[in-house]
Amino acid sequence: MKDELKVELPKKKYTGKELIGKLGPLLALLVLIIIVTAMNPSFIAPINLLNLLRQVSVNALIAFGMTFVILTGGIDLSVGSTLALSGALVAGMITSGIDPLLAMIIGVMIGGILGAINGLLITKGKMAPFIATLATMTIFRGATLVYTDGNPITGIGDSFIFKFVGRGYLFGIPFPVILMIVAFAILFLVLHKMTFGRKTYAIGGNEKAAFVAGIKIDRVKTMIYALSGMMASISGIIITSRLNSAQPNAGQAYEMDAIAAVVLGGTSLSGGRGRIFGTLIGALIIGTLNNGLNLLGVSSFYQQIVKGIVIIIAVLLDRKKK
Amino acid sequence: MEVIMKNIYKAFGTNAVLEGVNFDTHGGEIHALMGENGAGKSTMMNILTGMHKKDQGTILINGKEHSYTNPKEAEEHGVSFIHQEMNTWPQMTVLENLFIGKEMKNKIGFIRSKEMKTLALKTFKELGITMDLDADVQALSVGQQQMIEIAKALMTDCQVLIMDEPTAALTDREIRMLFKIIQHLKTKEVAIIYISHRMEEIFEISDRITVMRDGMTVDTTLTKETNVDDVVRKMVGREISDYYPKKNAEIGETVFEVKNLSGTSGFENISFSVKSGEIVGFSGLMGAGRTEIMRGIFGIDPISQGEIILEGKKVQLKNPSTSIKAGVGFLTENRKEEGLVLDFSIKDNISLPSIDEFRVRGLIDTKTEDEFVQLLMKRLTVKAQNEDISAGSLSGGNQQKVVLAKWIGIGPKVLILDEPTRGVDVGAKREIYQLMNELAERGVAIVMVSSDLPEVLGVSDRILVVHEGKIAGEINRTEATQEKIMNLATGGK
Repeated sequence: MKDELKVELPKKKYTGKELIGKLGPLLALLVLIIIVTAMNPSFIAPINLLNLLRQVSVNALIAFGMTFVILTGGIDLSVGSTLALSGALVAGMITSGIDPLLAMIIGVMIGGILGAINGLLITKGKMAPFIATLATMTIFRGATLVYTDGNPITGIGDSFIFKFVGRGYLFGIPFPVILMIVAFAILFLVLHKMTFGRKTYAIGGNEKAAFVAGIKIDRVKTMIYALSGMMASISGIIITSRLNSAQPNAGQAYEMDAIAAVVLGGTSLSGGRGRIFGTLIGALIIGTLNNGLNLLGVSSFYQQIVKGIVIIIAVLLDRKKK
Repeated sequence: MEVIMKNIYKAFGTNAVLEGVNFDTHGGEIHALMGENGAGKSTMMNILTGMHKKDQGTILINGKEHSYTNPKEAEEHGVSFIHQEMNTWPQMTVLENLFIGKEMKNKIGFIRSKEMKTLALKTFKELGITMDLDADVQALSVGQQQMIEIAKALMTDCQVLIMDEPTAALTDREIRMLFKIIQHLKTKEVAIIYISHRMEEIFEISDRITVMRDGMTVDTTLTKETNVDDVVRKMVGREISDYYPKKNAEIGETVFEVKNLSGTSGFENISFSVKSGEIVGFSGLMGAGRTEIMRGIFGIDPISQGEIILEGKKVQLKNPSTSIKAGVGFLTENRKEEGLVLDFSIKDNISLPSIDEFRVRGLIDTKTEDEFVQLLMKRLTVKAQNEDISAGSLSGGNQQKVVLAKWIGIGPKVLILDEPTRGVDVGAKREIYQLMNELAERGVAIVMVSSDLPEVLGVSDRILVVHEGKIAGEINRTEATQEKIMNLATGGK
């Protein structure tokens, strides 16, 4: 190439607007924390904050998986049922004498398989993600009811490791919170530093162009739904451990909170745009709202209305920004 | 009804599309409109029907100056345009399609199906067609859908009917039927403007022929006073300047060979080969199957039979992923749909097909990736502030360079370029030709599909002409002329 054709390429700089766009959800969270603290200072007490984080962790874990799904332009409605089914199966396995650690590993694998079924229905079966996961949502819930006969599974015993998952503390931090942080760190790397993440964004941004560029769409998508199933099953195990019993109706409507966290975090439902950091913030916003409204003594009926309004405002602001 | 268009000018932005067009037609005439792709035929008709506004010029309708403000108004005044891509609603019935937007209603707003059916059947009878009014349109053939459009136009008392490539997707039987209807409309004093590339049809059916070239009307003659050669000469008649850079690549061994390839997307028995350093041009009319052949080779669309040989070895290119691994790149004709992830940065677009190459211990080695991207951006002189801005914000020429960069980045042995300079400004075009020459000098075998005849002639070493899904002939650079190509492309000898 001729020398005169060479051009110097300056490094990137963010404009103020871009920065606000990226940090928008974080600012919203800070404002929310300040408001709640001002109205009830006990919100900021360490014990309450740890409690809040533990409440958030279950939703955040599901929402992390959901972020990948939504980034490809899909949706996973079956996470709540997957949570219940894998929780019940793990409880069942432990009560029938299988080693608790092994049972939990199998439980996560089952979550992955259930998710992969979604993925295969969507890629090989060419079904719309909404329809496919709506169907498996009821199938997995039904399977849970059949397996548990509609009753909670109790008498899981007092294995240390099983209790630790939902109830343990590490360095004074609840173990589910540790799990959330570790999962976030790993998935952040996967999404932003690994080829898998790049492919995820490419599929959501323009599936046809991604296909022509040699990306194996079916494989990536199936793996993403499997990931979503695995994250749901981890949450299922946490809940089972915390309650020391598996509830057949556990996780109902959890898909809605997960989707809300993803959307609040600024990820576009049409795919291709968004970040997992935003999802973490989104989950924290929902958690802070729940916790704060409880502290302020707002009835749970009103809480639902407030949550819905917050989602609408967040999305409207996001729209305006663009 | 009489329509006269005088001295029409039209530009989209800085791109002049019509530069002084004159055209006239009157009831009872079949007037053929011919010209290469991009000559301005559709634009002229879109101006007549009010889809686009003219920049300059006069339109006289029955002697009075008048311009329609939108297609709906034109239709109400009896000027209907049946486009190449038809405006049917596939999930609705024939009857619903016929009356869409102008349903007959009674006083309280209920649809009067019975009256609508009676009118529809009357129109069908007049046209000599039979069709189930309650059938879904998606179950019908393209020919039948066309009949619906014609019937629709007739029901609004059409006096000027414009048809853009009406036979492109019809079977022989359907074409005969269409011609019968056209002749019938002629006796009813309808003016028919017939846009087509097919010489045989034009000479069979038209009364007059107007030829357009580069946004101008070259000539209007009575059909019986002209012949195919004359029309082709008028369509292409320009000299190729030294606009195309000289190619110095040495042509070597055969790198890529396709044998008896057929596919359900509309091509049969395609065989050709490309040598290293060679640029093979694929010419043909729109819809001839050139793009489908390339999509079949690259593994986007399935192929039903045939084999592909790369560097002497038989390869199975069953999807883009395997093609890329084998060293085949494919720049698609529609860069916004299949070429780019518009939200992605320039960098992410360029590295996308090669992304697995940058994996070090599971993570993307961003430093190597950056260097790779910067090198390619310099080599292709992509003009952008930096590599992190989104591809969607670039100009057409720069977007195309990004797509080219991503394919050059895979280090291709064979590069298939489908309309590489479509929607690209003149300066960038020349740079792209230069780049193709450079790649050829490095021994890349290049296949170029192009609808731009001068480009095919100016760039290719060899030209293959595709007609109706088959290779109609091969012409060497030294012997190639636009007339020869056009003849093969339109089914002549």
